[in-house]
Amino acid sequence: MSYHSIVMVKQVPDTANISGQVMKPDGTVNRSKLPTIFNPEDKVALELALQFRDRFDGTVRVMTMGPLKASDLLRECLYMGADEAFLISDRKFAGADTLATSYVLAEALRKLGNYDIIFAGRQAIDGDTAQVGPQTAEKLSLPQITYTEAILNAEGSMITVKRKVDNGFEVLEGTLPLLLTVVKDAATPRPFRAKRVMAYKNAHTLLELEKMTEGNSLLYMDQLKEEYVSKGLFIPTLTADDLDVDLSRCGLGGSPTKVHKIESVVLGGSAHETIPATKDGMYALIDKLMDDHIFG
Amino acid sequence: MNENKLVWVFIEQRDGKPADVSFELLSKGRKLAENLNGELQAVLIGHNMQAVAEETFHYGVTDVLLADHPELNHYNTLPYSRIMSELVDRYQPRIVLFGGTFIGRDLAPRVASHTRSGLTADCTDLQISDVTYLRKDYSQLLLQIRPAFGGNIIATIICPDSPVQMATVREGVMEKIPLAQPVAGRITPIYYEPDAADHLVRIIARHHEESKVNLKAAPIIVAGGYGMGNWQNFQILHELARVIGGEVAGTRAAVDAGYIDHVRQVGQTGVTVRPKLYIACGISGAIQHRAGMSESNKIIAINADPDAPIFGVCHYGIVGDVMEVIPKLIDAYKHKLK
Repeated sequence: MSYHSIVMVKQVPDTANISGQVMKPDGTVNRSKLPTIFNPEDKVALELALQFRDRFDGTVRVMTMGPLKASDLLRECLYMGADEAFLISDRKFAGADTLATSYVLAEALRKLGNYDIIFAGRQAIDGDTAQVGPQTAEKLSLPQITYTEAILNAEGSMITVKRKVDNGFEVLEGTLPLLLTVVKDAATPRPFRAKRVMAYKNAHTLLELEKMTEGNSLLYMDQLKEEYVSKGLFIPTLTADDLDVDLSRCGLGGSPTKVHKIESVVLGGSAHETIPATKDGMYALIDKLMDDHIFG
Repeated sequence: MNENKLVWVFIEQRDGKPADVSFELLSKGRKLAENLNGELQAVLIGHNMQAVAEETFHYGVTDVLLADHPELNHYNTLPYSRIMSELVDRYQPRIVLFGGTFIGRDLAPRVASHTRSGLTADCTDLQISDVTYLRKDYSQLLLQIRPAFGGNIIATIICPDSPVQMATVREGVMEKIPLAQPVAGRITPIYYEPDAADHLVRIIARHHEESKVNLKAAPIIVAGGYGMGNWQNFQILHELARVIGGEVAGTRAAVDAGYIDHVRQVGQTGVTVRPKLYIACGISGAIQHRAGMSESNKIIAINADPDAPIFGVCHYGIVGDVMEVIPKLIDAYKHKLK
């Protein structure tokens, strides 16, 4: 038995490395200054899907919803070993909260079809909500197993999974198809393979091909697309039209949560007492803590 | 618009024991219900839950919706989310709160997706307020306040057009405040009819340990951040904690770097603590971390960078290399208090 997986991945701002330039003086975020990275737990999810394919055979497709430049992320997935990659992109999807995001992702999964397991990282580092996985599963009426640490076995339409819970773990047996969200300890992402980097650095979306052929005829464009498709270097883009979505459920307008107010973090004053980093300083500090009735 | 003023808290139980976070949420939910001039209700799913249901009366719950059935013994996504979704559909509460736990974070998004409700994760504060949004006036919305974007901003999220507003809150963020006298609440049994689809995922083994770590109860916490530099350096914090009788904790960056286990993480996505003494070592003081410790009685900050934000919340600040300061502090303690 072989299994078909789809991994949901996301390109995220590298929130751990926010420098001064990123925050504008008014306290808003200058997104263009933010470096982007492969969301770490999504990368682990892809690795787990690849290991699952290595063990049981089958296919691994990846998809991401994001701006056109998210194709960079899809090429990275191809470098790691994904069989096919899909970009879900449309201005109408922009500004989506987790509910509107999961709606579009679920419609894209419906469109791609033919899956046994959907993999996703537990959460993305730009929001840390961990909501998109379960919400996507619900939209497709699929069972979910969150906090996956390991896939222990698969047999026929059953999969055995170890998941993390508060102060311990559970072993669950689930009926396929289902959706798994994966924690970072589940696997160590493999490095890019040089041969695959050479092969797939030229994988492109339609828009990227159009940019390459600017000024050339539409006929040439069609030929070029055919050529890329035949070489397996074409990354399909799915738009709102392709997915036949209800636009009232997409993007900012389809998001029930709204940002009402954003305040930049105001650093508190320095009303504290400075203690010299010396032996005498430490002695004085212990005295103060004794006066505070913390010690003694 | 939703006219009822019900505030719901999902009461989480593990092995029949209610989670602390549920009582913390009830305490906050009671205040929200007072502000709304509404009613605090609880939803409880499990088996043999009568005593737990009654315990919620000590927090002002007027009605417990109780689904009690042997097959609901342990949390399982599909039956629990089906029950909760159907209840929200039927009663349309104004607000639903879940703990930001493994269970709450598995359940809440599934329910919110079904009911198409707005859901905000890991709120650090919740308030009720009238709001003007896009030139339209809304009365008594739930303000869902949380740090965002790497802690560089504090965002206030609202769900102006969502009849049901949902939020998750981590353990320890809200204070647990029982009433002096329990209210005379009632228990409304919720009939559970098992469904074949509930068993698409079955639990075949469970391993739970009582948490050996209870940061919330520790009077003294010695915490380290990424500024500790490496795992070896981090070990000196265990030495300090052992000498002065404290627990060791870390920031998210320290957890991510592998210096310390996640169960000891303090901050927005970890535990919120209020010890008598909090010693922050090599911690810059990002808002997410401060959200989890700024209410400590006394805070000592040790950091080489005099401009580190942690100095803005501490009582005693020491500018210096942690690896030099901590041995001196240990010596001073031993000398003074042996």
